[in-house]
Amino acid sequence: MTDSSGRDVKMTCRHVWKVYGPEADGFFNNRNGDVPDPGALVHQVRENGHIGAACDVSFDVHVGEIFVIMGLSGSGKSTIVRCLSRLVEPTAGEVILDGEDLLKVSKEKLIDIRRHKMGMVFQNFGLLPHLSVLENVAFPLQVQGLDKAQRMARAMEMIELVGLSGRETSYPRQLSGGQQQRVGIARSLAVEPELWFLDEPFSALDPLIRRQMQDEFLRLQQLLHKTIVFITHDFLEALRLADRIAIMKDGQIVQIGTPAEVVMKPANDYVEEFTQDVPRVKVITAGDIMSAATGDADATVAVSATTTLERLMTRFGEGLSAIAVKNESGNIVGQVTPQAVLSALANEHDEENS
Amino acid sequence: MAVTTQDQAQSPLGGSVLKNVSPQLLAWLVLGAFAILCLVLRDEYKDLVKYPKELMLPIEVWLEAGMDWFTLHFKPVFRFISMVLAEPMKGLEWVLHQMPWPFTMLVVAIIAYAAKGWKLAAFCLGALSYMLIVGYWDESMSTLALVGISVPMSLLLGFSLGLMAFQFRWARRIVEPMLDVMQTVPTFAYLVPILILFGVGPVVGMVASAIYASPPVVRAVMLGLGRVPDNVIESGQMSGCNPLQLLFLVRIPAATHTIMVGVNQTIMAALSMVIIAAIIGGFADIGWEVLSTMRKAQTGQSLLAGLVIVLMAMMMDRISRGFTERTGEIHLARTGNFLQRHPYLSSLVGAIGVGLILSGLFPGFSDYPKEWVFYPAESLNDVVAWFTRSFFGITDAIKTYTLYFFMLPMKAGLERIARPGSWGFDMTTMAAAIYWGVVVAIGAGAVRFWGWRAGVVTGLLSILFFYGSTGTPWPIFVAAVSLIAYQVGGWRVALFSFLGMGFMLVTGAWPRAMLSFYLAATSVIICFVLGGALGIWAAQNDRVSAVLRPINDTLQTMPLFVFLIPVIMVFLVGDFSALLAIIMYSIVPAIRYTEHGLRHVDPVAIEAARMMGCTERQVLWRVKLPLAVPEIMLGLNQVVMFALAMLVIAALVGTKGLGQWVYDSLTNARFGQGVIAGGSMALMAMIADRIIQAWAIQKKKDLGLTT
Ligand SMILES: Nc1ncnc2c1ncn2[C@@H]1O[C@H](COP(=O)(O)OP(=O)(O)O)[C@@H](O)[C@H]1O
Ligand SMILES: [Mg+2]
Repeated sequence: MTDSSGRDVKMTCRHVWKVYGPEADGFFNNRNGDVPDPGALVHQVRENGHIGAACDVSFDVHVGEIFVIMGLSGSGKSTIVRCLSRLVEPTAGEVILDGEDLLKVSKEKLIDIRRHKMGMVFQNFGLLPHLSVLENVAFPLQVQGLDKAQRMARAMEMIELVGLSGRETSYPRQLSGGQQQRVGIARSLAVEPELWFLDEPFSALDPLIRRQMQDEFLRLQQLLHKTIVFITHDFLEALRLADRIAIMKDGQIVQIGTPAEVVMKPANDYVEEFTQDVPRVKVITAGDIMSAATGDADATVAVSATTTLERLMTRFGEGLSAIAVKNESGNIVGQVTPQAVLSALANEHDEENS
Repeated sequence: MAVTTQDQAQSPLGGSVLKNVSPQLLAWLVLGAFAILCLVLRDEYKDLVKYPKELMLPIEVWLEAGMDWFTLHFKPVFRFISMVLAEPMKGLEWVLHQMPWPFTMLVVAIIAYAAKGWKLAAFCLGALSYMLIVGYWDESMSTLALVGISVPMSLLLGFSLGLMAFQFRWARRIVEPMLDVMQTVPTFAYLVPILILFGVGPVVGMVASAIYASPPVVRAVMLGLGRVPDNVIESGQMSGCNPLQLLFLVRIPAATHTIMVGVNQTIMAALSMVIIAAIIGGFADIGWEVLSTMRKAQTGQSLLAGLVIVLMAMMMDRISRGFTERTGEIHLARTGNFLQRHPYLSSLVGAIGVGLILSGLFPGFSDYPKEWVFYPAESLNDVVAWFTRSFFGITDAIKTYTLYFFMLPMKAGLERIARPGSWGFDMTTMAAAIYWGVVVAIGAGAVRFWGWRAGVVTGLLSILFFYGSTGTPWPIFVAAVSLIAYQVGGWRVALFSFLGMGFMLVTGAWPRAMLSFYLAATSVIICFVLGGALGIWAAQNDRVSAVLRPINDTLQTMPLFVFLIPVIMVFLVGDFSALLAIIMYSIVPAIRYTEHGLRHVDPVAIEAARMMGCTERQVLWRVKLPLAVPEIMLGLNQVVMFALAMLVIAALVGTKGLGQWVYDSLTNARFGQGVIAGGSMALMAMIADRIIQAWAIQKKKDLGLTT
């Protein structure tokens, strides 16, 4: 499956609603959640004393990307990610995994999908207190019925991957928060899932450890190329990790875009609040502000599309008038000029004066 | 608001006094008038004190008939079950008696070591040595066999019920009220139907304990399973667990600790019940030994045997608690051969095997030589006799004063008790007038200082004190309790209380219920005052707290029966002994909850008070105590429950009332009487429970402590 931009889609979330309350089902005529006026329905839900934890949420997750859902506490992030794995049964809508509607599959099939295609990491780790590190990591393999030798070997591999070798026989309560979350990560990866859900995995950790775990996470993704849905309430964490960000407020998605898009073109005041203190020179990249290549740029000093403005500026300091931009495979795809850099930053200036 | 000020402005003129009175107070004023009317008419209409016979229902007869029918058709089934159940018990008993004592000790020591380490193992060895040396080994092993069979039965029953209640809503709807009732039905009452169905013998004790001891596990399972954190459950689901795997691999293991806490309570309850079951006799266990020696007034013997029970309770409690504390901590090696993986289990099996083989090969080897028994009952008797004689003056004075100035008025009323010999005057019209004059003065003071509610309490207590629980007209009693219930908990609680008391009236249980009420109320008041004071002291002083805690723990784990031994020794059979036994047992929650409540008051409130310049005394009385009231109320609730439970046991030492009636129904196998007496007892407990709980909740809401 591909979306309109031609990228491969792993999972699609289409008009998903989760309404909590005694008569939640009563708001919907059909199960696919495609209502004519979502805004009016959101209002109606609230008027009737129900909670719209997720309202008309739609997005695609591309194969191999890190899709971050960002929002303040209570905005419905956990609800949405649980709808994607059917830990929470959506009130209406469709969740499509590899072309199949997940909400229509039987309980048995769902268990099978969870056993082989999905992995999830939880905010408070969700480790089983009565099992050792090794047994925790091997647990998903155990419930599948894998034999002991095989699952232990696989679990050891995972433990090594997250850097916990030597702690296999420890128990969760003997580990620090960071270590516990490493166990959680190892466990979620043990079944080699294609889809990896992380619900605020680093929020319970100290800032220093959090930073370290983010680096670790990016390193793992470089190695594994999973399709990831990552939840956070920390905007900077979202910018740091995301390929694309979805920003949520009161159960609804406010904006979806790359980090630079969100920073440069916030959809409304609410998003703009978040972008205020963001150091743009560190977020916006050459790829975000490049124009079509005209040929007058010096191809020998081409930079990659992911170069940040911060680094670009030092290059312009050397006196270049335009720099070519190349993609991952080394082909020139465009160029940037000092004017483009300035206008991206001037944007910021406007805001500060206003 | 404007209306109120207007009213206040008018009231000095006397124009609208009634308008100013809250409807709650108004209700009490009406009740007061009604009470006075009843009291004035009391001598003319005897029915006001004695509920008329014509208005009673033959419920007892109906119950007997129902039971007769049931027995006629189902007795064989139960007798068969009884036969089946007897087998494993005989087996265990055989093993325990057959095992040479050194090996039994070894086995217990290994278990204790696994639970908590060397110290506990040494303690258990000491305790067992005592049983051996004093010569109570065989009796102890019989008790152990009973407990050893009833605990697994209890756990199985409790676990299945708890699991069902957790999984299915319909099961929860049945189990929850059942637990409620079981908690309040007195211990003996369990024995009556079981005795009728299963016949006399040790199986009755076993079945009764199994049923009686199961609620803690049911509760613990429901609570523990429900408390497993969401993300642990979700991680199990995301690991691909099917529902059964989720339950057995995730939920239950994650809830082990809570469940183990319930297991500990179940074990203690089973022991308590096994010992109580001794009163139906037929089994030479340690409970029987205590009871029979106590009845023969063989003080030394019953002390020695009682100590066995105490030690046994401590052993069981510490061992099971040790395992509870270590849940999730004992991790045996998962590799190696069977011996390496299960060192404890294999050494246990080994010890038992070797012991049995040896005893088979060398008959007589199992027995502890008779010549080595040291049974100091006679000398102990002498010591106790000397003690009672030396301190007779003091003990007798305490007893007499408490009886004459507090207990007897509460029971029979000051009007009948005040005689020149005791109170120094006769209850003449003059004296009565003075009494009521004093009451009015105190009442007025109370109203002035604490508001009209204090006045109501003074009024009610003074009526009770003057007429006694047996002399107060029942309409006053029923109306007052119903009104309290209504004002505290709404019409549901009021209706429940009203119907509950109605049951006692129409079944003819009322006079006995009043006797029980008097003893329970007296001891609850004393417990509450004394325990509250101790709790306050412990909350202010860490050293006191450290001293009280282990004492409380020990008192709490003792089988109820044990409390009777020392009090009877010193104070002989009677109401006062019962009072002391009840107090010893039920003072514990008063102390604990008061201390806990005071220690857990929001520190910010205390700091704020200190910053405003409150002295420590003011902090205690103005801030801590008011904020701790809801917690203290829960303690009061526990005190009431404990007191009623102990009240029934106290019937063994000759108190009158419902407890004695239950006991009586047991010895005569009278089902109907047992149900009515037990039911009245349970109703009393439930009415008190509902009212106090509602009160605590209301208080909590007033203080904004609800979350
Ligand atoms: N089981 C539930 N019942 C009722 N309301 C719920 C439930 N779970 C979540 N909510 C509500 O849904 C909203 C979104 O919750 P959640 O998805 O947990 O937010 P987030 O993860 O973004 O903090 C919150 O207002 C929350 O109170
Ligand atoms: Mg969340």
